[in-house]
Amino acid sequence: MQKQRPKHLDLAKIRLPIPGIVSILHRISGVALFFSLPLLIYLLHGTLSSAEAFDAYRAVVSHPLMKLVLIGLLWAFMHHFCAGIRFLFLDVHKGLELQTARATAKSVIVISLALTVILGVVLW
Amino acid sequence: MVNRIVVGAHYGLRDWVLQRVTAVIMAIYTFALVLFLLAMPSSYEGWKAFFGQTWVQVLTQTTLLAVFMHAWVGIRDLWMDYIKPVGVRLTLHVLTLVWLVSCVIYSIKVVWGL
Repeated sequence: MQKQRPKHLDLAKIRLPIPGIVSILHRISGVALFFSLPLLIYLLHGTLSSAEAFDAYRAVVSHPLMKLVLIGLLWAFMHHFCAGIRFLFLDVHKGLELQTARATAKSVIVISLALTVILGVVLW
Repeated sequence: MVNRIVVGAHYGLRDWVLQRVTAVIMAIYTFALVLFLLAMPSSYEGWKAFFGQTWVQVLTQTTLLAVFMHAWVGIRDLWMDYIKPVGVRLTLHVLTLVWLVSCVIYSIKVVWGL
């Protein structure tokens, strides 16, 4: 017999568990990094340019709006990095238990945010 | 006899493995780079001298290629998950490849100081 179950495909009604949040943020941060690839290569380019060009590069990077973008990208990298390492462990069947998985998901969010803040403050 | 299996398990295993292998390469590179940066005197000259060495350039370029392959598998997965019309999906696949190949070319210019 077919049961009538409530269907909540309404995004506003879906409550993701913490591992689910980490997973979707992994995707979102991945997309952000994908679109920023040229910017990231440009940033590397700037650090390697000649002394005169380096000053111009410094002016670009120290623009407040640019700093905001860079902080965002720093978080994207940190989250993608930490969540990625967690996924690699899950792939080899480490930390699959519900409690552990929830705990590691929580630590991924906390650690990547903490690293973003710390590095952000240091580099600002 | 042609024994070609077009459905079933293990379809995409190679991409799955590629994504994990490239992830490990990037993680190792990141850890190594952070260690070198911490050990190095933090100056413009020090960084330029460090990055001028061939082995640093080679490992950086290799890691960047890993980044682009990793991004290809990841973004392609997203299109396959969310974009159903075949024409739109194919277009997005092509645009993704063009984007990534352009990034490869740009990264070669930057890493080797061309």
